[in-house]
Amino acid sequence: MAHFVAHGSLRLDGIVPPEMNEEALSFLAAGVPGIPFGTPVPDAYPEGSLPRRLLGIPQVEGALRSLVGPDPLVDHHAVHIREPKEGSAQPLHADAIIDVRGRAFDVQLMYYPQDVTLEMGGTLSVPGSHLRRVNETDTGRYQNLLGQSRLVCPAGTVVFLHHGLWHGGRRNDSDTVRYMFKIRFNPTVRQQLLWDTSDLHSPEVHEELTRTFPWYEQATGRLEIYNRALMWRFLTGDARFDLDHWVTRVTNEPTTAAPSTPTPTSTPSSPSTANATTEFERGNA
Amino acid sequence: MSTRQQVLALYLGTSALDAKVVGWARYDGTGRTTPTTGDSDEPPYVTGLDALLDGWRLIQASPMLPPFPGHEYDVSFLKHEFLFEKLVDTRI
Repeated sequence: MAHFVAHGSLRLDGIVPPEMNEEALSFLAAGVPGIPFGTPVPDAYPEGSLPRRLLGIPQVEGALRSLVGPDPLVDHHAVHIREPKEGSAQPLHADAIIDVRGRAFDVQLMYYPQDVTLEMGGTLSVPGSHLRRVNETDTGRYQNLLGQSRLVCPAGTVVFLHHGLWHGGRRNDSDTVRYMFKIRFNPTVRQQLLWDTSDLHSPEVHEELTRTFPWYEQATGRLEIYNRALMWRFLTGDARFDLDHWVTRVTNEPTTAAPSTPTPTSTPSSPSTANATTEFERGNA
Repeated sequence: MSTRQQVLALYLGTSALDAKVVGWARYDGTGRTTPTTGDSDEPPYVTGLDALLDGWRLIQASPMLPPFPGHEYDVSFLKHEFLFEKLVDTRI
């Protein structure tokens, strides 16, 4: 979970069995009819259907439950096809519209049923961009960011993205059609402590949550850690959680009065307050 | 008319022009190249200054604006955008 909070994504390489990948290629090529927005999984995908079996793979089921909890709704799904030598890439974007929810989040499952090479234009994504508030393709001017991820993966790979992650389908320069099946899920429960929390206080969690990425500007990168600390507070219910004091420092406004102390008096051997102020104003402080 | 404009957008790590490049985009008015999203993992220059040293002319830099009150901790677009141009004689 800490990895997801830092990166905005979770990648599971080659977890779908080959026979299902083979079936998926023809299933996706035939087109998948749309479903009403916000459909429960059992209604969207009948028992035995390929999407339902995909969601039943233990790693997929576990990741989905950890991220959005039980009984999520299917927001929508889509088959994404990148045609060979198509000549252009998608502009970098975040899906849907600008999303100003406090900390709750949707996830997008992306399933790649075939081997994806660099030339095939695997999905571009920008690690750690999910907390940046932008509206869809307004980020289109950014062609490349330092440390970006250009997906190259084996067949049967599933990636979960936070809804806010910047991404886009890259230009397919190969001779092969590239398929990806996307399903967006909405949570129906508060996303708190939904995962295996047995290692919640391990040093690796802190290390992961304070990770920075090469494209972060020096100053704004600190704000990313601040916002991550708030997200971790939401996910754990720990209202005092912090990362390297970033939140605590800037919210520290004590209201308790100081205990009363005797008023200091000037003596010939100790400098007066007025003298000390004069020293400060002279720049000697 | 045989002069065409090439545009380079660099996103830097601070507001200083000699800061490290963290993002980039290119648009080629000559039509000789077709840069696009996700076409490279390596920045064209290490710093913004390196672009000047290579002959790019700076035509715009992001203004430095204070955050909107109440949104001081929000993160959104990259802040330090520098736009450069080169004028290219397409007869060459």
